[in-house]
Amino acid sequence: MAVTVKIPSQLRAATGGQAELEADGTTVGEVLDAVFAEHEQLKERITDDGEVRRFVNVYVGGEDIRFGDGLGTGVEDGAEVTILPAVAGG
Amino acid sequence: MSISNLRCKECSAEFELDASFYCTSCFGPLEVLYDHSDLKPDEARRRIQAGSRGIWRYSDFLPIDGRAGDPLEPGMTPIIRADRLAERLGTEAEIYIKNDAANPTHSFKDRVVAVAIAKAKELGFETVACASTGNLANAVAAHAAAAGLESYVFVPANLEEQKLLATDIYGTNLVGVNGNYDDVNRLCTQLADQKPWAFVNVNLRPYYAEGSKTLAFETVEQLGWELPDRVVSPIASGSLFTKIARGFEEWLEVGLVGGEFPVFNGAQAEGCSPVAIAFAEGAKVCRPQRPDTIAKSLAIGDPADGPYAVAQAKRTEGGIDAVSDDEIRAGIRLLAETTGIFTETAGGVTVGVLEKLARRGELSAGEKVVVYITGEGLKTLDANRDGFALAEVDPDPASFESKFGQEVAV
Repeated sequence: MAVTVKIPSQLRAATGGQAELEADGTTVGEVLDAVFAEHEQLKERITDDGEVRRFVNVYVGGEDIRFGDGLGTGVEDGAEVTILPAVAGG
Repeated sequence: MSISNLRCKECSAEFELDASFYCTSCFGPLEVLYDHSDLKPDEARRRIQAGSRGIWRYSDFLPIDGRAGDPLEPGMTPIIRADRLAERLGTEAEIYIKNDAANPTHSFKDRVVAVAIAKAKELGFETVACASTGNLANAVAAHAAAAGLESYVFVPANLEEQKLLATDIYGTNLVGVNGNYDDVNRLCTQLADQKPWAFVNVNLRPYYAEGSKTLAFETVEQLGWELPDRVVSPIASGSLFTKIARGFEEWLEVGLVGGEFPVFNGAQAEGCSPVAIAFAEGAKVCRPQRPDTIAKSLAIGDPADGPYAVAQAKRTEGGIDAVSDDEIRAGIRLLAETTGIFTETAGGVTVGVLEKLARRGELSAGEKVVVYITGEGLKTLDANRDGFALAEVDPDPASFESKFGQEVAV
């Protein structure tokens, strides 16, 4: 189950400059764990105590995972997971 | 102005004063850090009073030097005492309406946009942009036109027609996004990462948000250099609500005003109330919602400053309430009938919550309550269309009499 993970520019120092990563998994949590296994620094930046940080938003195909099952939200083969800062707008 | 850095509100990491808005270590929001250690209150007060008749008089407390001759300088909007409104509400509190519809594009957004656009120019941007529920769209398009900058304005495609037309007229690139405001916001956050543009409420958000403090400064000045006892303000992202508080706080810190910090009451629409619900549940984070309310300017289902707004209400022993669409319509009408001020749906939300506070007996006799009316009724005319029927008569007195049933004095 290959999924594309989009990384915001300010985190790309931790991915060797890559804006998109490929990872395997059937849930958002599994996909992120696969990403963290490759890019250890991202884990601390994106999560805190196993939860997504409160000022980080994660989307699957444009849908906020908080409307789904959080990190347990399922991902299909070829899906796009986007990580974005949550402090915009208003 | 004496700003030193951007600082993360969560982990206090400091950053350069450039176009960035979140902390690279914890994703927390960045805010502007000032150094007021040399500021003498008497001198600051003189500079304010000798300053312009708008927000640039507060340049000491803004992240940019005031611009002489700003053709669209917002601010110094009227504050009026609303005794007939208080009477209708059955309260003996002193109610003041701060009418921020009286800005160049008829909402408080002129304040934040004036600051953001000045900063965008200082940082060398040629194109400005925003994610908007309507009022910001109007303001960005107008201020960009006045400043001679290119602009892109992103809004939900189903916005009120008045707000679309009143944005397009300034020659902006108006983009209707098929989705709600949170979708627009997500798109703009992604574009801000790819385009060399100043998104006023994304990558310039730390500077932009500072503009809302001027509502607090004006309130203090207009009340005769005193703090109100309570404020009632709408909450969408929570930025306005928390920055009004920051304004009072800053002036208390530097000694420009003294006394008790005001109680903060926030107002949301029931159809989009993630902050009110978090407050009621005692939660530290807001669960996002899919908005469904006539108060489109407040329809942010995933409010960036929600947790800070909750904390602000709690800290001051205030609260955050939500009102129904019918209460919003009634609030618009009540304000218009008692003060002559016609507000948009967001103002209906705010007056609706004021009415709730009065009904619950939470307003004490003699306390000074400032109600922030943030936008203009002509922008959301459809809200009160239902039930309206024009009483028509023929152009002769008998027809008038038959309709209105009055005797003509001869």
